[in-house]
Amino acid sequence: MTRTPFIVRFLGATPKSGWIALAFAAALTMVLLPALHLLVPAGSSFHVSAYVITLVGKIMCYAIVAVAMDLIWGYTGILSLGHGVFFALGGYAFGMYLMRQIGRDGSYQSDLPDFMVFLDWKQLPWYWTGSDSILWSILLVLVVPALVALVFGFFAFRSRIKGVYFSIITQAMTFAAMLFFFRNETGFGGNNGFTDFKRILGHSITSPGMRVSLFALTALMLLATLVLGRYLVTSKLGRVLAAIRDAESRVMFIGYNPLYYKLFIWTLSALLCGIAGALYVPQVGIINPGEMSPANSIEIAIWVAVGGRATLVGPVLGAFIVNLAKSFFTVAFPEYWLFFLGALFVGVTLWLPDGVVGLWRKLREQRKPGSAA
Amino acid sequence: MRRLAFALLCCLSLAAHAALDPAAVKQLAAEESEDKIAAIHKLALTAEPEALALLQQLADDTLKDDKGEDITINNRVRRELEGALAVLKLIDPDAAVRYKAVKEIATNVDAGMGPMLAKARDRESDPKIRALLVEIHALATLKDADPKIRLAAAAALAGSADPNTKAVLKAQSEPANEAEVDVRREAFRSYLAVKDRLTLAETIGRIFSGLSLGSILLLAALGLAITYGVMGVINMAHGELLMIGAYATYVIQGLFRTHFPAQLDWYLLAAVPVAFFAAATVGVLLERTVIRWLYGRALETLLATWGLSLMLIQAARVIFGAQNVEVANPSWMSGGLEILPSIVLPLNRIVIVGFALFVLALVWVLMNRTRLGMFVRAVTQNRAMAGCVGVPTGRIDTVAFALGAGIAGLGGVALSQIANVGPDMGQGYIVDSFMVVVLGGVGQLAGAVWAALGLGIVTKFIESWAGAVIAKIVVLVFIIMFIQKRPQGLFALKGRFVES
Repeated sequence: MTRTPFIVRFLGATPKSGWIALAFAAALTMVLLPALHLLVPAGSSFHVSAYVITLVGKIMCYAIVAVAMDLIWGYTGILSLGHGVFFALGGYAFGMYLMRQIGRDGSYQSDLPDFMVFLDWKQLPWYWTGSDSILWSILLVLVVPALVALVFGFFAFRSRIKGVYFSIITQAMTFAAMLFFFRNETGFGGNNGFTDFKRILGHSITSPGMRVSLFALTALMLLATLVLGRYLVTSKLGRVLAAIRDAESRVMFIGYNPLYYKLFIWTLSALLCGIAGALYVPQVGIINPGEMSPANSIEIAIWVAVGGRATLVGPVLGAFIVNLAKSFFTVAFPEYWLFFLGALFVGVTLWLPDGVVGLWRKLREQRKPGSAA
Repeated sequence: MRRLAFALLCCLSLAAHAALDPAAVKQLAAEESEDKIAAIHKLALTAEPEALALLQQLADDTLKDDKGEDITINNRVRRELEGALAVLKLIDPDAAVRYKAVKEIATNVDAGMGPMLAKARDRESDPKIRALLVEIHALATLKDADPKIRLAAAAALAGSADPNTKAVLKAQSEPANEAEVDVRREAFRSYLAVKDRLTLAETIGRIFSGLSLGSILLLAALGLAITYGVMGVINMAHGELLMIGAYATYVIQGLFRTHFPAQLDWYLLAAVPVAFFAAATVGVLLERTVIRWLYGRALETLLATWGLSLMLIQAARVIFGAQNVEVANPSWMSGGLEILPSIVLPLNRIVIVGFALFVLALVWVLMNRTRLGMFVRAVTQNRAMAGCVGVPTGRIDTVAFALGAGIAGLGGVALSQIANVGPDMGQGYIVDSFMVVVLGGVGQLAGAVWAALGLGIVTKFIESWAGAVIAKIVVLVFIIMFIQKRPQGLFALKGRFVES
């Protein structure tokens, strides 16, 4: 009996209908929307504005985070309230490159970023070494959040911190990180963080071409994350993860060591968040310590919960639903946004434990026996 | 007739001060400002009550020269005059005025004041002021030409508790500044004594601010410890229950202002029960409407209570506005207790430490000496077993939740006295209070007490050399490391149970 080749298993994890849906999504986000933005003149009713491109691009970054969260929470049962840290670390790592690309175009016309001139620093701190190279920055994006997660996760999982304990510890972590990045002396722009970016690889960051490239890249990353996620959760590893979620003690008694499984999925989840953060910063044009606030991290959980845990597609839907609602409310009824968000937290946990996807499945199942009878 | 009047006026003014150096008194009427200033200094240094009266007259523009004309003074002279009057307050009959004057002079002693200070010191009857005068006199004479006087001064300064004195003694003990070996040795001995005293004072001050932070943490964590212990639920809206307590205090303060302004000082006493019941009512509502339905799903409860906290924050914004509201300390809580010249313990913090102890005692009695407390402890230890022997676990959940919320409300009353009262005030406390619960061990009052006080004191000590942000980070890292060693907290319940 030969083992099925990896590539077959990898591609086979996503069912045929899934591939069709992915192809549609890819055509929409990588061909149709960019074309409507670039080729259709601004006056036309088919024109997609820069605002929409940026908004959808931003939400797709959030969707990547939501899928990463689904892997760790939905499939492994570990609720992290600190995923904002990994997102922000990825953003900061790429933001360093963007700050260096400003060059001498800042308000002080210095080689150093403006905030360092303001602090009267004479040279870049050591951890900024190499930040003018995009390859090094990408490496940082991939390594730093993952490394932080690896170290943190190792200590946390080794002592079998779980459940609400783990959640609160991660919240404490993101809170501490936020305080740390708020300090001016930390060397990441303090309160204001990084902003006023000018270009990537010499091309203006606000040009339509660059905007659409980042948008398509984010879409590609999101779809790849979904395929990877589907492969992981249908693999043997995914089944062990689900077993850890459902009965960790039994998994241990059978002879598995949950530590390495948890550590792997946790680190991978952080890595995906870091990438999402790096894609987010150039599109939104700012990164500051506010991204690490506990409230931001806990909102990620609600995207997943609204969409439906352990469904992969659900979190993407959830990220879109919640963030579109947020964009709507904060413009139309700013006072009621927190009421709505709070009610969403309560309502979803009370009445929609399986989210939108779960609701849809339930409705379909209800209709089936109904039509048969 | 006019001449007579003149003479009388002279008697009333300059001539009346026969005890003083007549030349100096006369010089007050001199043309030149320089001469006037010199005269003022001379008179001030006599430290005689007559000089005080005279200079006071000069300051009030009622002093006349021997021709009966007003002595006018310009601003420069007036400034000097004010300084001189401050010095002369040393002989004021009112001890409080003297005390203030001594404190003021201590900030800029100069060598010329030596004889005057000695005079004031010898006249002083109040022991506290006398001790201060001894110190200032020694400071003034430490640079005297006579080595014997310097030696006496250096020895006298051993009793000081002033950082300034410490620096002066340090300088005096160096060969560059002091020729005499004996004086150097004495100065160094005194320097060590002062340094020890200051270190002690600083340590006491830090322990106290740690205790005060710890009692705030304790008030915030006690309620959480109960609800988490009983139901295994992290109530993320716990901080907002603190906020409700603080706003209840604000409302009561407003009611007292409009209806019983005479009793305004006692509004806090009324606020305590009101805050308790307001928070407890909200707690019961939360438990009955939401938390009860999520039993056994701890992570979902966490999210749902977070949602509740968002709604409570927004509700506070809508009702009271997004700005912080002002809650004043009652007069009996403002001011401080001076235990050494360099440390003053604020009264409001002392009251809060006492209040935390009171709440702790209350909770202890409730948990250990009542039937309800026994039920709560039983459910904490083993819910299924408690249910089997007839404890109404569902009702205990509600009561425990109300109790925890009420204690949070009490914490809010305390917080309103030292922190800003605003819609977001509770957000910062949830992590801290959960850390206390984690560190202390679940369901353990003693654990929560030690953890809260320990965290408070450790935080304050780290803060003193590394700043508040680093202190916070260090404490969080420490707790994460600590859980590695003792996952069940400092005071784990003994017993056998398997998780999940």
